[in-house]
Amino acid sequence: MLFRTIRSRLMVTGALVVGSVFALKPSNTVQRIRDAATGRMKDTTVRRVPINLGLDLQGGIHLSLEVDQSKGPVPDCADAISRAERVVRSRIDQFGTTEPVVQIIGRCRLVVELPGEKDPARAKSIIQRTAFLEFRITDMQNLFRDALPEIDRALREAGVQAPGQTGAGAANVAQLFGPDTTKAKKGKAAAKGKAAKDTTDLNAPGALSSLLFQSPINMPGEFLVPEEQAPVAESLLARPEVKRLIPRGIELKWGTELASRGARAYRALYAVEDRPIITGEELEKATARRDQVTNQSVVDFVLSRSGGRKFERETGRHVGHYMAIILDGRAQGQPPIIKSQIGQHGQIELGSKPLQEAQDLALVLRAGALPAPLTIVEERTIGPSLGQDSIKDGIRAGVVGVLLVILIMVVYYRLSGVLAVLALTLYVAFTLAGLALFGSTLTLPGLAGLVLSVGIAVDANVLIFERIREELQHGKLVRTAVDEGFKHAMSAIVDSNVSTALTAGILYLVGTGPVRGFAVTLIIGIGASMITAIFVVRTFYMIWLQRRPDMATLSV
Amino acid sequence: MIRLFANANYDFIKWRRWAYGLTAALIVPGFALFLVHGLNYSIEFTGGTLIQLETTQPVGTERIRSALDAAGIRDAEIQQFGGANEYKVQARLGTTAALTQGSTDSTAQAVDSALAHGLGPHQYTIVRTEAVGPKVGRELQGKAFLAILFSFIVTLIYLAVRFEWRFGLAAVLATLHDILTTIAFIRYLNLEVSLVVVGAVLTMVGYSLNDTIIIFDRVRENLRKFRRQNLYEILNLSINETLPRSVLTHGTTMATTVALVLLAGEVLRPFALVMTFAIFTGTFSSIYIAAPLLMYIEKRWPGQDARGARAFRPAGAVPLTPPPSGSGSEARSKAAV
Repeated sequence: MLFRTIRSRLMVTGALVVGSVFALKPSNTVQRIRDAATGRMKDTTVRRVPINLGLDLQGGIHLSLEVDQSKGPVPDCADAISRAERVVRSRIDQFGTTEPVVQIIGRCRLVVELPGEKDPARAKSIIQRTAFLEFRITDMQNLFRDALPEIDRALREAGVQAPGQTGAGAANVAQLFGPDTTKAKKGKAAAKGKAAKDTTDLNAPGALSSLLFQSPINMPGEFLVPEEQAPVAESLLARPEVKRLIPRGIELKWGTELASRGARAYRALYAVEDRPIITGEELEKATARRDQVTNQSVVDFVLSRSGGRKFERETGRHVGHYMAIILDGRAQGQPPIIKSQIGQHGQIELGSKPLQEAQDLALVLRAGALPAPLTIVEERTIGPSLGQDSIKDGIRAGVVGVLLVILIMVVYYRLSGVLAVLALTLYVAFTLAGLALFGSTLTLPGLAGLVLSVGIAVDANVLIFERIREELQHGKLVRTAVDEGFKHAMSAIVDSNVSTALTAGILYLVGTGPVRGFAVTLIIGIGASMITAIFVVRTFYMIWLQRRPDMATLSV
Repeated sequence: MIRLFANANYDFIKWRRWAYGLTAALIVPGFALFLVHGLNYSIEFTGGTLIQLETTQPVGTERIRSALDAAGIRDAEIQQFGGANEYKVQARLGTTAALTQGSTDSTAQAVDSALAHGLGPHQYTIVRTEAVGPKVGRELQGKAFLAILFSFIVTLIYLAVRFEWRFGLAAVLATLHDILTTIAFIRYLNLEVSLVVVGAVLTMVGYSLNDTIIIFDRVRENLRKFRRQNLYEILNLSINETLPRSVLTHGTTMATTVALVLLAGEVLRPFALVMTFAIFTGTFSSIYIAAPLLMYIEKRWPGQDARGARAFRPAGAVPLTPPPSGSGSEARSKAAV
């Protein structure tokens, strides 16, 4: 036996309990929700137990999409669906849901889950809209940056305080900005001087400018906004007095990816020209590769003949400028620099970045070039009230069921039953902690599985207790009876639990959505039940027998 | 101390023919119904549209039907679902013209506007909609079948490794019996077969196997302990010895499933009903199907240790009492804590 002493067993049990409590400790989760009044996104911090609830419990929309093949077959549906995934991903922020899921299932199916979203028509229109790709030159003259003091003044007049005004906040901003630039620019002294100047400009206590940080590579028109302040910046930029002051010919576009500098995450904001130099309609092909000679990641693209002429003209005027790649209004990755005039065939060099990134970019280009029309093959919308009712009913049924189980165990097995009930409490805690740790989703059938598993979980204890009773009846001493009881019940417990776990495993492999949730709950439950019923109850018995070594009869 | 069925000594196996009759009486008509009418599959399997709504006051299914009829939506099923003011409207694929064209979302909108017309726009809220295309439904049917098939194969292999193939075969056949009775049960109550109910059937497979394994585990042990009894007696002895455990475990499990049936709401009720039935059929089949089957299998293909099925009745010579203490306790210790 691995843990022979009571002490080591208690330590293991204690560690498991502490671990469970830790896993289940309510934590602050930032949720982006739509502000009912303004229709914009805002962040709220919610304190909740970190267990994911399935759509059927929290309400929301589930959509399964496939490439529309009704107007002729699509030759490579796997490619089409991965392009569609890219597009949907870049649009997902518009929904403002906390944990959206965009997932390719099988080869050619895309599943989108939007917890909390209520309007299926809106969701479908956003998802099914054709992707729009455009190339735009960034704000090379720094028109937007130069307009910032003006904007700040307008905001001050409108009574908007800079979020960094409160002493500590301002210090934080300056401090964060300083080391950040120097670190990024180590060895580039020339650029450094400019950066320092920009810093003073930008750190003037303005409502908007205090949120915007200088681009680490000094790209004109690129700004970094701390992730948590992005919604604030977004709402400021949407104000009419700010909109009026954004220079003519300039538009602002958010980037899709988060850049982390030090411990913080930043979202990029790009000031770009309002006219695209070319759109996705002109793009014919885009492929990623790794250059054999330079060992760089490269995306090759081919334009249509007319697009090539247009692109040649435009890039000729913009050599040395940055070109943002914008899909559905969001800048994708970092804008590449135009090194020379480009015609019909062009390439984007990503330097030493991994090939994966080049593949992603090629996907973005293709997504805009060959929009894949999506058709909805499955749709579920669950209202939030229904989910809450389900949780309420499920918990009520669970409580009643568990109370009945407790009653049966305590009445029938008396003190040993009490030990089993104690172990059952641990069982529930371990199972919930397991759900939280594995990041699995609790669905309505999962909730049923959890309740059901409480009834089944005591089976192991029942087997052991019955065996102990038998051994006692055969005239064994209490201590021997307990040992023998555990020993002989073991093979039955292991065999029966393993076979149930195998069935649950198949359910997991074959099932989808709610049924998978059920299977996971069942598997975690089986594991937790083995630990508590065998290990924990055994420990309780060891303590009990140690305190009363001369015990003649056992309360079982 | 309460003791149920302690030292029970019933001759279970003797009643096996009665049990076969009983189970056949349940399965045959139910299965005939199943073959003729099929099952009441949910739209997850058939494809179609489901709309669950809550009205401000109970309006009755008739008002909803007339509202839908007025809009030309005819073949939708309307039923009360849960409370008096909650309804479920569902149309399976192929029943409505709009759906056969492959657009799954138009039906939901048509129903919504028909209701807004017939009941008034603020008289109801749609709390759930589901629309499933025909392809997804067909895929799911295939997957559900595969899941059950795979679970059989895997279980058979596991039991063959842990026991021997005769035990595994008997256990799997008993489980097959449970699936048949459950299908009959679902057919009798005309429960809607959704994915969750398929999940319940698979859980039932696990639970029923579990129960069979507990008894077989004891059979395995008793076969080693009592060298002079025949299989008939060993089976009876093992069933009787595990009887208190069966009663207790089924009691606690039943407590939870009945709580689910009564309290967990309309969506989970079919699941909970199937699980409650599963406890009966699982217990029944472990005793009356799995054990006699093991006996027949041992007779047909005798194993090494199978002084098995020399006789289908008790030998009578040897009393079936527990051995003197200490003689058989070191039978084996397979797993350690």
